Amino acid sequence: MRGGGSKPALSQRRCAEDTQLLDLAGLQGIVDYQPEEYTFTARAGTTVAEVAAMLDGKGQYLPFDPPLADRGATLGGTVAAGLSGSGRYRYGGIRDFLIGIRFVDGRGQEIRGGGAVVKNAAGFDFPKLFVGSLGRLGVLTELTFKVFPRPPAFATVEAEFEALSDLLTGLDAVTGSAIDLHAVDFAPAEAGWRLWVRIGGMAAALEERAGALQEVVSGGAGRTGLLRLYRDHEEERLWQEARTMAWLPEGMGLARVPLTPGRIPAAEDLFGRAQPASRRYSVGGNLLWLGWPESGDLGETDGKEDAPRTLHGLLLELGLRGLQLIGRGPRSEGLSEGEEGPLLGGPVQNAFLRRISAALDPEGKFGAW
Amino acid sequence: MSLHPLMQALARMYGADRLLTRPAQLMAYESDALTAFQQRPAAVVIPQDREEVLETIRLCHEHETPFVARGSGTSLSGGSLPIADGIVIALNRLDRILRLDAAERIAVVEPGVINLKVSEAAKPHGLYYAPDPSSQSICTIGGNVAFNSGGAHCLKYGMTSNHVLGMTVALPDGEVATLGGESLEGVGPDLPGFFVGSEGLFGVALEITLRLLPIPETYRTVLAAYDSLHAAGDAVTAVVASGLLPGAIEIMDALAIKAAEVGAKAGYPKAPALLIVELEGEAGAVEAEFAQLMQLIEETAPLEVRMAQTADERARIWKGRKAAFSAVGRLAPDYIVQDGVVPRSRLGDALAEIDRLSASYGIDVANVFHAGDGNLHPLILFDGREEGALERAEELAGEILELCVDLGGSITGEHGVGMEKRAYLPKMYGPVEMQAMEDVRRSVDSLSLANRGKMLPAGEAESLTHVGPHPLEKAGVIFRE
Repeated sequence: MRGGGSKPALSQRRCAEDTQLLDLAGLQGIVDYQPEEYTFTARAGTTVAEVAAMLDGKGQYLPFDPPLADRGATLGGTVAAGLSGSGRYRYGGIRDFLIGIRFVDGRGQEIRGGGAVVKNAAGFDFPKLFVGSLGRLGVLTELTFKVFPRPPAFATVEAEFEALSDLLTGLDAVTGSAIDLHAVDFAPAEAGWRLWVRIGGMAAALEERAGALQEVVSGGAGRTGLLRLYRDHEEERLWQEARTMAWLPEGMGLARVPLTPGRIPAAEDLFGRAQPASRRYSVGGNLLWLGWPESGDLGETDGKEDAPRTLHGLLLELGLRGLQLIGRGPRSEGLSEGEEGPLLGGPVQNAFLRRISAALDPEGKFGAW
Repeated sequence: MSLHPLMQALARMYGADRLLTRPAQLMAYESDALTAFQQRPAAVVIPQDREEVLETIRLCHEHETPFVARGSGTSLSGGSLPIADGIVIALNRLDRILRLDAAERIAVVEPGVINLKVSEAAKPHGLYYAPDPSSQSICTIGGNVAFNSGGAHCLKYGMTSNHVLGMTVALPDGEVATLGGESLEGVGPDLPGFFVGSEGLFGVALEITLRLLPIPETYRTVLAAYDSLHAAGDAVTAVVASGLLPGAIEIMDALAIKAAEVGAKAGYPKAPALLIVELEGEAGAVEAEFAQLMQLIEETAPLEVRMAQTADERARIWKGRKAAFSAVGRLAPDYIVQDGVVPRSRLGDALAEIDRLSASYGIDVANVFHAGDGNLHPLILFDGREEGALERAEELAGEILELCVDLGGSITGEHGVGMEKRAYLPKMYGPVEMQAMEDVRRSVDSLSLANRGKMLPAGEAESLTHVGPHPLEKAGVIFRE
């Protein structure tokens, strides 16, 4: 399946020869928008950019910062890939904002799941099941999201740390504080590490809150001294660049790897050495965006190694799972000749998923996990 | 079904004190918080660890005997009602907090852990577990997971499902699966999200990884009295339209206020309607929002406004609200709680119609609701000793559910479908959707053993008459391992 084509590792992956491509980009349009209900419904091929503009007009937004909108990402693709960005830290991810879906199952039936109201506990939660489903449980056709009012103003504190251990101490201080954080991202910088912490709310209180935040951040050990406050357009641009993955070097592949802050030292031990991997940690250390060469040399390999395959191996070693979004995925075990999977590291398949797949796609139309 | 050999096998596993079979012992398990339904199970077992739970499930599967996992039995939809000739697995002794990792801000708990105990354990670390169903001092996390329980603070932070990161579960034949993990993010379908709220039909959660949040620095709670429900509803519309995102917005009507007074001595103003709005977060932010909120509320011409200045005052405001359900028991011998959801902007229409229905049936209905997310809780009062009273109350309840569906909402916001509302699920979803849910259920549980008869309409559960393997099993697509 293909929507906007912003995640070619999913939509252009090499499949078995008899596989048909389903282009969903034409399935466009907002079906319903109820600003006073904090909900909208749109067809799956509608772009994230179109929705963001519509919501912005009413002072609302999707708080989880759906990424890759600049590359044409669609709502359906963002759900199927299970993608949330930096803002996920505050109110939850795409799984928490998707409240209703329509999908076509493996027998060609259109099925509705969830509903159009923000709170609903009736029946099985198909919307959640389809977050991250990679098109392998059904074809999403229509989506209903909950949205939130956009805070009137934001501020971001940037800080630098010499060593990873210092950064992690600072991270713990910030995320353990009672300050309401919208986003917490960090990445290796020229010397050491750089941390960005975003807060939002009424403009009147923001100055004082930013001051308090700076104090918490600078309480962390080993800071090199650079501490900077961003406001207004400059601040907005900082997070816009996070959404567009502006840090990702040209020609690099992109993978996302969920983890926890406690796993970061081990991950850095491996990825920090495997140049030229570029990294940005997001969601308070719960997500690693990994820039990875599509092929060719890695620091520690002999030049013949398949780079995505190496990444797959490293994630297995760390006990993590990943998803390739841009760039060629690895040929992984379990796939036939000519196929490659965007899934990296530990397996996703388990007894529960196997039984769900058997019900929704009894003939295996959407491919195996 | 061959009950006798199963009982023998259970007797080998459990001592007499943990295998209950005598009528006097079973009586306590016949109902949950939906007391209108009672059913005596064949036996109740009280396992002490996950191995005993797994072994019990495997035995039930082997002997094709249905089972219900039960925590504190606080389900308001009959979700933990026993199955006739089935086994109740009481999980209360699986009450260990296995790990509380303050640095990773997670707690790994067994299903029998009481909701509030998680927050109590996390408190020394400055953390808490956000979902707060009214029954949080007795309900268990296992039950919260099964029914995706909500609470007053869902508007901002979501329901149970939004706070469960991972689980180890026993599928209905005893096969174990690990879903999700410890990260806020995942790869692959959101399986924890699909399991949460499945009302026990997908099996039993053995270990649950919960997200903990830093305790908000401060709360500002406002109580405003209005001369009508409509006026209180208008105030909600004004608050929501302003872009403020309170942690909770609650409304109570006159009858609910009276109940809270009788039951909890809440000290509320006497008025036709009360609105509770709570802001939470950092002191600086909350102060600024509070000024805006007070201005908005003043503009809606309330009869009286009270502000909680201290933790005690806040607790008093919430005590009346959280006690409202049980306090209604003081006004009438029996009651049914409904849990429908309507789009926020249709709240006024819904309440007017409930009022009309109440008058035409001659049945009192008290209203307590989570106004911020349109989640109604009409409490339908009746006296079960009166001939036909329950049936008429149920009929009224049914009309309210249909009203919610007609207004574009849901039949349940947080209590689940359970036993009570299973006839109404097909009014919300079409035959294709119902079949899809049934297909998934059959694929996960080919014998329909796990909490049979809940959520999906009565007819579906007749696996007693279902002979031979499921078509998918015949086709070699699914397996009973």
